Amino acid sequence: MGEVIVITSGKGGVGKTTTVANIGTGLALMGKKVVLIDTDIGLRNLDVVLGLENRIVYDIVDVVEGFCRTKQALIKDKRFEGLFLLPAAQTRDKNAINPHQMIQLCNELREEYDYILIDCPAGIEQGFKNAIAGADRAIVVTTPEVSAVRDADRIIGLLEANELRNPKLLVNRVRMDMVKRGDMMSIDDIIDILAVDLLGVVPDDEKIVISTNRGEPAITDSKSVAGQAFRNIARRITGENVPLLDLEADAGFVHKLKKLLGLKTS
Amino acid sequence: MILDLSKLFKKTKNSKDVAKERLKLVLIHDRANVSPQFLEMVKSEIIKVITNYMEIDEDSLDIQLTRTKSDDGSGVVPALVANIPIKNVKSSGR
Repeated sequence: MGEVIVITSGKGGVGKTTTVANIGTGLALMGKKVVLIDTDIGLRNLDVVLGLENRIVYDIVDVVEGFCRTKQALIKDKRFEGLFLLPAAQTRDKNAINPHQMIQLCNELREEYDYILIDCPAGIEQGFKNAIAGADRAIVVTTPEVSAVRDADRIIGLLEANELRNPKLLVNRVRMDMVKRGDMMSIDDIIDILAVDLLGVVPDDEKIVISTNRGEPAITDSKSVAGQAFRNIARRITGENVPLLDLEADAGFVHKLKKLLGLKTS
Repeated sequence: MILDLSKLFKKTKNSKDVAKERLKLVLIHDRANVSPQFLEMVKSEIIKVITNYMEIDEDSLDIQLTRTKSDDGSGVVPALVANIPIKNVKSSGR
């Protein structure tokens, strides 16, 4: 029986879709059978982030309305064995699906796949309610900004009110140099405020922009620090115990030199 | 002159500390989902009860709605946190 995980954030633009694409690819690379569902109906984007936009025939609304079979709508990613996308509909609105239909869809998919990752739309309206309906657990994505953390807090409250207990936090776009100067909230600050468990930390990385331009998840780029962070997160999701990434490794030449000379122990 | 010197040595606050403080305040209200008047009402009732038994510092009394990890660690629960400085315990209360 597979597991259904919703990736949500409240605020838009914090990296939900990128997270879904990378973790999903990571799980597939680990030999799992994975379906990624885009529930952002009317504003679909997971297809372009994955580079699968030209292969869409049917979408999630076609599936729930019985217009096609689920299998027909699933797009198989030819680059990664075991990775499938169920795209959102672009010309419909969020009310084209209801939570009951989502639960049915998730239950059908979990018979055959190991992980079903749901890309949740921003906001707390119908789209959010649909996205979380069939989920077993939740990952909340945030960035170290007041607005994003505030929305994450609201989402955590709503998830718990909907019986999705113990959501895990993913802090995206962290800049260690700014944290060090005291110009960005640290992971500890954020955990302290939100009182949830940390799933992982993803450093801010130009390579994400580049990989998204190309439609190739950064997780496949061995030189990308964000890719490395996502690889670790994918392993944690399968239950492996992977220590947090040493983000300071990328802190620059002087720091590396000091570390080398033993002037700095951290 | 003295003022200027103290200004020179006083570090300006990190922007992340400002962010943290603002966030904490905003979240208290978000989480409570109640009006400040409601909290004031709770506060005055609590003062009423406690002053029957002890003398408290009403000005520095602080009541907040927040969230904390539950005892069994399985989730987060809302909590009413009250910081009530006691000046003196009334003899009648003993």
